Amino acid sequence: MARDSIVAETAARIFSDFCDPQAVNRAPDEGWKARAWTALEEAGLALAWVPESQGGAGAELADGFAVLRQAGRFAVALPVAETLLAGWLLSRAGISSPRGAMSCGPSRQGDRIVLAKGGTLGGRLRANPFAKEATHLALLVERESGGSAVALVEASVARIEDGASIAGDALNAVRLDGIRPLAVKDAPAGTDREALSLMGATVRSVQMAGALEAILDLSVAYANERVAFERPIAKFQAVQHNLARLAGEVAAAIAAAGSAADAIATASPPPLWGRDREGGTLHGPPLGYPPRLIPPHRGEGNPVGASGEGNPLAAGFDEGVFLEAASAKIRVGEAAGEGAAIAHQVLGAIGFTKEHTLHRFTRRLWAWRDDFGNESVWAVKLGNLVAAKGADGLWPLLAAR
Amino acid sequence: MTTELTFDPVRLPPECQRLRAQVQAFLAEEMEAGTFSPHGGGIDGAYSAEFSRKIGARGWIGMTWPKQYGGQERSFLERYVVTEEFRVANAPVRLHFVADRQSGPVLLKYGTERVKAGILPRICRGEVCFAIGMSEPNSGSDLFAAKTKATKTEGGWLINGTKVWTSNAHQAHYMIGLFRTSPPTKENRRHGLTQFVVDMQTPGITVNPIYQMTGQHDFNEVVFQDAFMPDDHVLGEVDGAWKQATSELAYERSGPERFLETYYVLAELVRVLGEKPDTRGAEGLGRLVAQLHALRRMSVSVAGMLHAGKEPVVEAAIVKDVGTIWEQKLPHRARDLAAFVEEGSANRATFEEQLQFATLIAPKLTIQGGTTEILRGIIARGLGLR
Repeated sequence: MARDSIVAETAARIFSDFCDPQAVNRAPDEGWKARAWTALEEAGLALAWVPESQGGAGAELADGFAVLRQAGRFAVALPVAETLLAGWLLSRAGISSPRGAMSCGPSRQGDRIVLAKGGTLGGRLRANPFAKEATHLALLVERESGGSAVALVEASVARIEDGASIAGDALNAVRLDGIRPLAVKDAPAGTDREALSLMGATVRSVQMAGALEAILDLSVAYANERVAFERPIAKFQAVQHNLARLAGEVAAAIAAAGSAADAIATASPPPLWGRDREGGTLHGPPLGYPPRLIPPHRGEGNPVGASGEGNPLAAGFDEGVFLEAASAKIRVGEAAGEGAAIAHQVLGAIGFTKEHTLHRFTRRLWAWRDDFGNESVWAVKLGNLVAAKGADGLWPLLAAR
Repeated sequence: MTTELTFDPVRLPPECQRLRAQVQAFLAEEMEAGTFSPHGGGIDGAYSAEFSRKIGARGWIGMTWPKQYGGQERSFLERYVVTEEFRVANAPVRLHFVADRQSGPVLLKYGTERVKAGILPRICRGEVCFAIGMSEPNSGSDLFAAKTKATKTEGGWLINGTKVWTSNAHQAHYMIGLFRTSPPTKENRRHGLTQFVVDMQTPGITVNPIYQMTGQHDFNEVVFQDAFMPDDHVLGEVDGAWKQATSELAYERSGPERFLETYYVLAELVRVLGEKPDTRGAEGLGRLVAQLHALRRMSVSVAGMLHAGKEPVVEAAIVKDVGTIWEQKLPHRARDLAAFVEEGSANRATFEEQLQFATLIAPKLTIQGGTTEILRGIIARGLGLR
C-alpha cells in the first residue's frame, strides 16, 4: 500500500502482540479478545475514521485502510473493520461514536430497517458481522416518511440471534421491534445504501487482500521447508507453478483493493475533522503505539450522539468509484476462492488441520466474500452499468484514472 | 512478509489524460476518414506505412527517448496511454510497434553512436520496422540454445544459420538478432551469445514465409548464408548477451498490449448483449470488466515503477501471465455469454466475425514473448522457490 505509514506499523505491532494467529489458534479461551481490543482502542485504531470532535482519532481514510490490510494479514477475528465502518457512517451524519465494538449494517442486499414516524426502529438484518460481540450498532435506516437516516442503537435492546460465519466469527441475525435508538440523524446526501455498500465492499476487499498476502507468504515458506522425495517441494515445477498462480491472484487482489481504497480515500470530501486541523489541535496522522498518541475519549461519560454537525458534503462516490469498489469486491473475491484452494493444495494434510493456522486465513477469506455483496451481486450491478453505457462507454470508464 | 509484491495504486497524471484526449481525437478522425477500421487489424494491428508516418509526425513513437535521437523525452506513463489507446482502437501499428517498444530501447542502451544516430530518428518518424531474431528450429523458450553463428572476419562478422517464427521479418528493415560468437562454457551455459542489429537488406539473408493457422502471414524463417555484419552493429558485449537480455523484458511484458489484444471481443459482446442483458449476461459481463479493470490497475502500477526507474521483473511477469491468460479466455467467455442472444439480433454478425478471429489467434497469446511456463518460472524464482 502506498502508505506503509506509522499507522500500519502500529496496527501490525498490536496485531502481532495480541492476536498472532498461532497464539490465537492455541488459546484456551477468548480472553485475548478483550486485551487486544483495549490495545486497539487505546491506540485509537478502532475509531480511526471518526473525527476528534466526535470521540475518534481523526485519521485519514487511507490510514484506516492500512489498518485493515494489516488486520487481514493477521486474520484478525475482531470487529475492527465493523467498528471503523460504523464510525465512518455515524460521523457522516454527525453522530459521535461511543466506546466499544460496533457492528455496522445492513451488510446484506435486501435487508432493511425502517424508522417509523414515532421515532422507533423496526426490521431485520439476516446476517450482520459481529453484532453479538458489539456494544452498539450503527445502522443506515429508511425513514417511513422517505429518505435515509443514520441511527445508533444499543446492542442490548436489539434481539440478536446466535450465529457464526464459515470462519467461526459472530455473524448474527438482528431484529429490531419498535426500539428507540440512542441517536438518529438524517443521512447527508450521498450517504446512502449504495455508498455504504461501496465502502463496506472496499473494506472487505482490503482485508481479503491482506489475508491473501499472508497465505502466499505462508505457502512459500512451507514449500521451502517441507521435504518430499528427498527435496523441498518448492523444487518441483508443479508446485512452483501453483505458487506462481497464487502470486498472480494475490497481485490482482492487492492491485484491485489498493486502487479501490485509494479511489475512495481521494474521492471523499475533506473530512469533517478538517476543522480540528485548522484549529491546530491535530497535525497529520496522529497514530502511534506505544505510547498512546491518539487522544483517548474525553472522560467516561462521552456523550453519545450529542455533538457534532452533519458533514455538509456528500459522500461523493461517482461512477469511477463504483467501478473501483465493485471490481475490487468481484476480483478480490475470486482471488480469495482461487488463492485459498491453491494454498490448501500446497500445504496438503497439515493445512487441513485445526492445529495449523492456514484455516484462520482461508476461512475468513471465504466468509468475507459474502459481506457487503458477494462477487455475483456486484458483477450483476457492474454488468448492468456497463451495458447501459454501451460498448463505446466502456473504455472511457476504465481509462479514467 | 518475505514475498512482498508491490502493486501501488498509481494514477495517470493530468498530462497523460490530456494526451489521451489528443490521441483519441486523432484516432476518431482517422477512422472517420477510413484509414483503418477497429475491426480490421487483427493481430498486433495491420501494417500501414502511411499510418505509422502520421503517428511519427505527431511525436508518438520513441516518445521517451532523448531528443537528439528524435525522441520527445516524455514520460513512460505518457507512452503507456498512447499504447493503450492504439491497442483499444485496433490501430494499424504493426510497422513501428516492436521498434518502439523494445528494439529502440535496446539500441539506445547498447548501440554504437553511428547506429543510434542512423536508426533511432527513423524509428521515431515511423519509417522503420523491426523484427526480433531469437527463436531457432531447436531453440525457442530456451534462448541460450541458439546456434546461428557469427564468425569474426575482417571488419565484422559472418552470420550463418536459421532463425524461425520471426514475426515481421518479411516487412522488417532491421532485426535484432541473437547469434553465437563462442561456445558456452562449463560454468555458464548462457555465455557465448551476442546481440547484433541486422540490416535486412544485407546480401545472404533469405526470408521465407510461414503461414499461420489463422491464414495470416506473420511468421517467417530467416536464413543467413555468410551475411556480413560490420563491427559497429554489435550491441553491447561480445559473448555477453545474457547479461543484457533480461532487464528490458519488464517493458515488454507488462504493457497494456498484454491483456488488450482481444479487447474488441469485449466491446462487441457489450453491443450484442444490448442495454438490458439478462442476469447471466450482466453477471458475466460484470466479472469480465472487473477482471480487466484489475489487470489494468496492475499494469499501470508496473508502469509507475518503470517510470520511477525500478525494475519490477516479477510484477511484470505476473502481469503478462495473468493478462495473457485472461485475453486468451475472453473469446470463450464471450461465446458462452452470447449463447442466448437471439439469432437475428443487431450486431450479431460482427460479433461472430470478431469472435471467430479472436478464437483463432488466442492460442498464441500465451506463447509469444515468453510462454506461460517461462513466466511462472520467473515468478517462482522471484518468490524464492528456485
